[in-house]
Amino acid sequence: METLELAAEKIETRKNTTISGGQAVLEAFLYEGVDTIFGYPGGAIMPIYDALYDYNDKLTHILVRHEQGAIHAAQGYARVSGRTGVVFATSGPGATNLVTGLADAMIDSTPVVCITGQVFAHLLGTDAFQETDVINITTPVTKWNYQVTDATEIPAVLAKAFYIAGSGRPGPVLIDITKNAQLQLFNYEGYKKCDHIRSYRPKPIIRREYVEQAAELINNAERPFVIFGQGVILGKAEKEFAAFIEKAGIPSAWTIMGMSAIPTYHPLAVGMLGMHGNYGPNVLTNECDVLIAVGMRFDDRVTGRLDKYAKQAKVIHLDIDPSEIDKNVKTTVPVWGDCKETLPMLTELVQQKTHTGWLNKFKEYQKKEDEKCINPELNPVTDDLTMGEVINLLNELTNGDAVIVTDVGQHQMVACRYAKYNQSKSNITSGGLGTMGFALPTAIGAKYGAPERTVVAIAGDGGIQMTIQELGTVMQFKTDIKILILNNQFLGMVRQWQQLFHEKRYSFVNITSPDFVQVAKGYYIDGQKVSERARLKEALKTMLDHKGSYLLEVMVGKENNVFPMVPQGRGVSEIILSKEEL
Amino acid sequence: MQKQEYTITVYTENQIGLLNRIAIIFSRRKINIESLNTSPSEIDSVHRFTIVINESEEVVRKVCRQIEKQVEVLKVYYNTNDEIIWQELALYKVPTDIIATEVKVERLLSQHGAKAVVIRKDYTVFEVAGQREETDNFIKVLEPYGLIEFVRSARIAIIKNSEGFHKKLSEFEYKEPGEEAIENEFLNQNEEVFSM
Repeated sequence: METLELAAEKIETRKNTTISGGQAVLEAFLYEGVDTIFGYPGGAIMPIYDALYDYNDKLTHILVRHEQGAIHAAQGYARVSGRTGVVFATSGPGATNLVTGLADAMIDSTPVVCITGQVFAHLLGTDAFQETDVINITTPVTKWNYQVTDATEIPAVLAKAFYIAGSGRPGPVLIDITKNAQLQLFNYEGYKKCDHIRSYRPKPIIRREYVEQAAELINNAERPFVIFGQGVILGKAEKEFAAFIEKAGIPSAWTIMGMSAIPTYHPLAVGMLGMHGNYGPNVLTNECDVLIAVGMRFDDRVTGRLDKYAKQAKVIHLDIDPSEIDKNVKTTVPVWGDCKETLPMLTELVQQKTHTGWLNKFKEYQKKEDEKCINPELNPVTDDLTMGEVINLLNELTNGDAVIVTDVGQHQMVACRYAKYNQSKSNITSGGLGTMGFALPTAIGAKYGAPERTVVAIAGDGGIQMTIQELGTVMQFKTDIKILILNNQFLGMVRQWQQLFHEKRYSFVNITSPDFVQVAKGYYIDGQKVSERARLKEALKTMLDHKGSYLLEVMVGKENNVFPMVPQGRGVSEIILSKEEL
Repeated sequence: MQKQEYTITVYTENQIGLLNRIAIIFSRRKINIESLNTSPSEIDSVHRFTIVINESEEVVRKVCRQIEKQVEVLKVYYNTNDEIIWQELALYKVPTDIIATEVKVERLLSQHGAKAVVIRKDYTVFEVAGQREETDNFIKVLEPYGLIEFVRSARIAIIKNSEGFHKKLSEFEYKEPGEEAIENEFLNQNEEVFSM
């Protein structure tokens, strides 16, 4: 709050003065409460960087090693803080390097504002040096984008950008500013925050009759089941959500994006949904009588085969985005609206209940999963380490208080299966896009978004090599993140599929790695490598206790598989616990 | 579900790039746009798109929701052909000497609801407003007389059940006037702008 007030004061003094377009961008940032920018300079964004030189005391700029790193960092910042992440990149390659991160932020609804430099307005369309049609390249992967060619537009356009990125269902916004507009001096009339755009309805109007119908279905249900996604976190509705499930006594499972919205130890928490989710939640999706989906979008990795998904159940879908209703799963009662508002309305109308018998059913399935999957993973009979035991020890040492940022693949599934969380916004992962290379840069940003928390990046030997250059950022800014590489010497998830579905024809999944500890050393980052069980706990402890960043490489079993698994093309209740069941 | 012709009506802000934003919603799903018209509505700041595609209702409904989700889109409707009155405009250019000597022009025009837009010594341009069948028919009629050029517009459509559209639109604009699209003022002004 204090920074906002200071910013407002500052804006007053700036009012009716002549400033450049570049300065106007930074003034907007101050007013919007931005404290950290992730970026990389270049020719077409130099006037903004020149202006930034004078804002050094108010805005922290983290110089990344690749623009993809900048946008992932901004995503990490946004995901742990609930505020909008901010990125600077130059024109041409600088901007095209953002595309993966934009697509990731789009599909995972992450609020990010990217400012890209662009060639002078008169050069647009001339194939000028580092000119790319960034607006058209990014249109499908942005919630909104806009090109500025005149500096006078900047305050209003930036206000719109922040409003659109952060409101409703959040998403990435890209503003492309030509160099002449950045240089242009104009009479600055102050900054006005945007809170309304006539064509944009961030929240649909809540229909009370639907809330009432939903409550009636829930009150009459014998086996109600709640499945929730990131909407609970994005809507900052964790308390409202917990109050709802606690009053109605409904077992609740999370999607990968919804994870940590309620503590993993919550008595009604029954685990994770989806392809590598828990046994009970998947099987019992097809046994519940009322399925209540909150802030989730029925991704194919959650539903498996749609014609075998919850066909017996009446479906209540709470979502802020009307286009999600009936997109994948037909809804019996749609509850449009912000779940921060709809959940309390629903809580008021539902009866206080417990569904002990039904909840116990989840526990029965859990027992079976413990026996077949979890116990062997946590207490392996071979000397090979498993990913699960690493995560389990990490839980023990962090008490579930760490922010865990994962990459994509087997280690991601194992981390999400075994990690324990006490608080919301703790599990940061690339859910929708499945972006390998996500963990390291995202963890950097997460540390700036939540400096008081321990941030652990967990990556495989494949993913870490996709963005390993960001160790340079960690080195330069002494970002205190812990990097945990789970090395199975394979592109493990693809290998698992090749083993299970392609007759073990291992086609280009055999990946070699550099000596990661030596690489880290080259970046002046301490680290070590372990492969023995006896040393694992001590090594993890050393990593967590280390002052500053640290890299720990753990060698794990080469051909371990992640189970349970809903094989592609099967229904959720056809989930298997081992490859023998295939 | 059966595919059929649907006419999608979209009211949007008048902003650069919005055409692309809407068009890619179709191309992303590999849906062919049969016809597309976009022009200002009766309110300058509000554009009206008329898009024709051949799809099942389920697909059309989902696509429309995706369009409506765009920040600068005001409202989307979709209708079957029964629910709209629709027309296309076609222009036909023919050599005046042949058409004037070999055809009873007045009869031709009245038979096909056509009218002459331009009559010059060297060529004449006719116009037909109607449905596809009618504009197609007139091509066949004119072909033997040396049809030189033909062009057809996209479909425009009025929704039968559109009570209060105009009033709502006018009130909307009155309450909150739209913003003008800001174009690039610097193209072809190389000398006046500092360059790197």
